[in-house]
This record gives sequence, structure tokens and C-alpha cells, in this order.
Amino acid sequence: MTSPFRMLTLLAVLTLASRASGQEEIRIGVIYPLTGSAASTGLELKNAAQLAADLINGTDKGLGLPLAGAGGLPGLKGAKIKLVFADHQGNPQVGASEAERLIAEHKVAALQGAYFSTVTTTASQVAERNGVPFLNADSSSPALTQRGFKWFFRTTPHDELFVQNAFEFLRDLQKTKGIQVKRIAIFAENTEFGTGAAKLQERYAKENGYEIVEKVLYPPKGTQLTSEVQKLKASRPDIVMQSSYLGDAILSMKTYKDLGFLPTGLLANNAGFNDSEFLKTMGKDGNYVISREVWALDLGTKKPVIARANALLQARHGVNFNGNSARAFTGIFALADAINRAGSTKPEAIQKALQETNIPGADLIMPWSGIQFDATGQNTKGAGIIVQVQDGKYATVWPFDLASKDVIWPMPAWDKR
Amino acid sequence: MTVELLLQTLLSGILVGLVYALVAIGLTLIFGVMDIVNFAHGEFLMFGMYAAFWGFALWGLDPIFTLPLTTLMLFAVGVAVYKLVIRRITDAPMLSQIFATFGLMILFRGLAQYLWKPDFRSVDHTVVAGKVAFLGLQFGLPQVVAAVGAVATTAALWWFLRFTRLGAALEATAADKEAAALMGIDAQKMFALAWGIGAACAGVAGALLSTYYPIFPEVGSTFILVAFVLVALGGFGSVPGAFWAGILVGVVEVMGGFLWDPAYKMVLVLSLYLVVVWFRPQGLMGKA
Repeated sequence: MTSPFRMLTLLAVLTLASRASGQEEIRIGVIYPLTGSAASTGLELKNAAQLAADLINGTDKGLGLPLAGAGGLPGLKGAKIKLVFADHQGNPQVGASEAERLIAEHKVAALQGAYFSTVTTTASQVAERNGVPFLNADSSSPALTQRGFKWFFRTTPHDELFVQNAFEFLRDLQKTKGIQVKRIAIFAENTEFGTGAAKLQERYAKENGYEIVEKVLYPPKGTQLTSEVQKLKASRPDIVMQSSYLGDAILSMKTYKDLGFLPTGLLANNAGFNDSEFLKTMGKDGNYVISREVWALDLGTKKPVIARANALLQARHGVNFNGNSARAFTGIFALADAINRAGSTKPEAIQKALQETNIPGADLIMPWSGIQFDATGQNTKGAGIIVQVQDGKYATVWPFDLASKDVIWPMPAWDKR
Repeated sequence: MTVELLLQTLLSGILVGLVYALVAIGLTLIFGVMDIVNFAHGEFLMFGMYAAFWGFALWGLDPIFTLPLTTLMLFAVGVAVYKLVIRRITDAPMLSQIFATFGLMILFRGLAQYLWKPDFRSVDHTVVAGKVAFLGLQFGLPQVVAAVGAVATTAALWWFLRFTRLGAALEATAADKEAAALMGIDAQKMFALAWGIGAACAGVAGALLSTYYPIFPEVGSTFILVAFVLVALGGFGSVPGAFWAGILVGVVEVMGGFLWDPAYKMVLVLSLYLVVVWFRPQGLMGKA
């Protein structure tokens, strides 16, 4: 066995070993849906994450975020970040086995993923079992941070906060503009997404002293929503809080118009209402819909770093950031910040650094007041924004200090537009 | 709960039901003549909607103006489907027939998704846009036009079957294939005609629906379940039966959803169906 082949193998092993122990490269495993029905979203997430890593590894300080242009992590003698991408295909089992593979084969220092809440659930279980930090930047199911995990950290706010935001928005409307809202109707499709949101809305409405005058849950694949809208109309609500997918969002709006139903405000729960097809299809009838969002391009007018980051993404891929890619980008920066402070790629050191994370809002391209994790691993400084369709485009209208446009309230009548 | 609101809901139900009826009469006609259940019927509707959409998107033609063309196109599609596929399975076991039309359904959906992407489309302005208001009630003009179109189409079909020689030949074939053949009626021709007319009815429905309903490859699936209920409820093969059943189901669905809980509106429709077939297994207007 003393062949040149053996020598070569030995050499290769030695090289690999030295690479693993040396500090020139920090591997982060990134799991996203790169094929399957969400492949286009997955690609956006991947591109944004890669851009973040390249900015940290590069030396151009133009963006103005700490670490961007640092030429690698200073805390680890300028070690570069290498992202190892894996594809979960939207499948929780694949997500778990890919997490396993990244940890065992690529010895990643940390993991980031996985967009789908279901996949994040399984992939983070693997990380938890192996004692590897898992950073989630883009899954919104509240249950994820209610599992008592020690290695799970989520930078994005979750669904409960979005509902909370809606009520803060109503409170602010009353405080600053004297707009009184009392009667709320809840209108939601009857699968997990809609019923979950409806339950939270009901709870928060009660706690905040609002009256729920009607709650209509409908099957999302129907031929008509006439009876549903009649019920809403009969309950004479001030506002409607609606959770719908694309097809039913369009159908409901058309039915509102046909039956002459118009609340003073329509607060949508993202999803169908924020699909680009929605605005295209509805034309000017889509105006004045208010929806929750995590990010908007017009935030760049108040926070220049957003516009600068967007210009970089534009230059490289010809697309704008959106709520998803902006969060993936932010996730890599949060991980890099923790690893840099840890000064090591040891999991325990990174875990400790993540727990001590305290990034100010100014150092983020998100409309948040910062990143700081509580004991469950949830970022407590995340925030949503509220946008309104004005002239066929989504404009930020809340929080008021980030708003690019004033909220238009009440919605003008259908025939007065 | 005012009288106005109830009246509004009742009429909305009738409008919805008339469109259901138009989808179902094509289905019941094909079944009546050939004893074949066409699972791809919802896809004929989908093709009708896309035909209307592309006419609008590419050449700016209103779905209402292209309606005759859409109808003719779907007639041709129906005849082609008969000649290429159905003719070969006329005497095959029922299971083969079911799989054949079911396979067509999947093929057509896949084709639509491949050719036109799974996106939602819509015709965003049309001559029938607007509202009809009277006595404090209001309805979308597209829905009213669609309902009127449905009534006109059903009436025309009924007249054709009753008062023309060709229609009588079709009815004769439906009643007894062999006896009709002995009288010199070409059964093959009648079958092709039934498929052509059946698909054309779905085409009319598709064109009318496209003025107010989003268009996507799976759109047929939303309407086909109701259409099957109507065919069975009205009596297999009965065109007037499917028509009245459509109105009944539309009213029960919309009124029931309004007075009770919308989440259970289909439960009401299917319960109605069960009650009817319990007492009249042949359906409302079917022959025992």
C-alpha cells in the first residue's frame, strides 16, 4: 500500500484537515427551496445571502454597514465567509437530511434557512440535536420559537407581531388623526393561514377593547363569495381584517364592488394582496387596500442604507430587494456579527455570541429597532410595517416616522375614484 | 336583516345558479346521448375562458364580441376530442371511459399550465363592466349579462332539441341508440354533435365568466363539482333538469351561506342533493 496513490491521499487529507482547523474560511450552511414550486423565491434568497457574504469578504466600505467591506471577519484574523448552499425542495424531510449533511460533511459553523416554516421546523431540530446554531431569517410561524430550543435564533418577527402591529396602527390612527374604529369584521380563508390569523386578531381585538361584529371563514376554492360579502355588509363594520390568497383576494374585492360594500378601511394580512398579480388584475380598484409587510423599497427614502443595498443587488441581479430577500441578507449579517464577536467557529462560542447579540436598527436594512434575542431565540426588536396601495403601488404608511406617504382614510367610495 | 338584503341575496343566488346551469347543460347533454361522464368538462370551460382572455390580451377584443368565435372554437374542440379519443372507447368498459376523460382533464390542465403559466389572469376592462341598480338592490353587470346569456343559451338548446330535425335525431339517439340507427340516423355523427354542443356550452360559459372571474389553469375544478351535482340533481341527461337544478343550487348556496355559516354552504348544497336523490333517485326531471 505504499503507492504514490496513498501518498496523495494522505496529502489530500492533511490539506483538508489544515483547512478545517485553519481560520481562513468560515463555512455557513444555507438551506433554501432552490427547486420546486418556490424555486424563484429560493433563488432570490440565495442571491441575497451570497451578496451579504461577498460584501463582508470584500473591501468596499461604500454600503455603510459594520462588517461590510471588512475583507473578512476581523475577530478571526480576516477569515472569509463561505456559504454552502443546499436545496430542500420545499420538503421537510429533505430539509432535515440536508442539514444533517451540511453539519457532517461540510462541518458548517452555523446554519441559515429555510423560508418554509415546516422545513425550518425539521432542519432546526437536526441543528439542535447536533448543537449547531441555526439562524432563521424568514419563517413566520409563532410556534418555531415556542419549542424551548437552545440553538435556534430567529431574526424576523412572527405572525403574532404582525397582528399586534395592526392594532398598534389603529391606536396610532386614533391618537394622531382622531380616527375612531370600533366595529371590526374578520374575513379569512379557512385553512391554517387564515384561521390562525383570525384567532390572533380576535384575541387582540378583545384585549384592546374592539368589537368583533362578524367573523366569516370561507373555503378558499369557491366559485363565489357573494354570501360571505353579504354577511360582512350586513354587519356594518368600520374595518375588515382579511386573510386571503390570491384568487379569493381578487374575487372578494370584485364582489365588494359589485355589492357596493366598503368599510372605512381594509386591513389585509399580506399573502394574496401583496402578490404583484393582485395589483395588475385589480387596477385602480386595488387602491387604498392596507396590508402588513416586512419591508418596502420606499423605506430607502428615510433610510439611505436600504437604497444603497438595493443598488448593489440591482447591479448584480437586476432585481430589487423584497421582504424575503432583505431578511435573508440581514440573516447573514447577524450570523457574521455573532461569529466575529465569538472570535471562533466553536458552536458554543457562536451560541453565546448570538445570545449577546445587540445590533442597533441603524445597522440594518430592515425597518427594525435592532436585533436582540430573548431566551426563546426570538428577536425582540423586530417590527413590521404597514403599506397602502396608492396609485397602484405599495407605499409605507406606518410606522409614521418611516412612512413615505400619508395614509388615506377612509377608503374613497367605489364610484368616487 | 332587512327584506332588501334577503331579496338581494336571493337574486344573487339565481345569478350564480344560472352560470352553474350553463356549465352543467353541456355535461348532461353529453351524458344523455352517450352515457359517458366527461371529467374534462371543466377544462372546456377553462379553454373558453382562455380563448376570451387571449382575444382580449392580444387584440383588445372584448370577450362579449368574441363570444361567437369562442363558441365555435370550443365546438371544434369538442368534436376533435370525440373523433380522436372518445370514439375509440364508445363500447369500452365504463372504467376505461372514466380513465380516458379523467386523463384528458389532467392533460388539458398540464397543457394550460405549460403554455400559459399558472398565473392568475383577468380581463380588466370590458363593455359589460359596471353595475345594475334598482329598488336599492345592486348587481354586477357582468354577472347579469352572464345570467342572461345562460338563459338564452339554454333556451336555444332546448328549442334546437325540441323543434329541429337534427335535434330530434339527437334526442332519438339519446333515447335508444339502436332504434335510432335503424331509422337511418348516423349515431357517430350524433355523438360528435353532442360533444361539439356540450363543449360549446362550456365555451359560452367560459367567455361570459371571463368578464368577472379570474382565469387560471385549475379554474375548471372549482366549477365542475357543482356541475356534477346539477347533472345528478336535475336528472342525468335532462337539459331543463340541469337548468332548474342550477337555479336551486345557486339559491341554496348563497342564501344558506348568508343565513347560516358560509363555511358550510357546500354542505347545504350536497345535503339538498342527498334529500332529492333519496326521494327521487332519477333526479328532479330525469326519467325513472
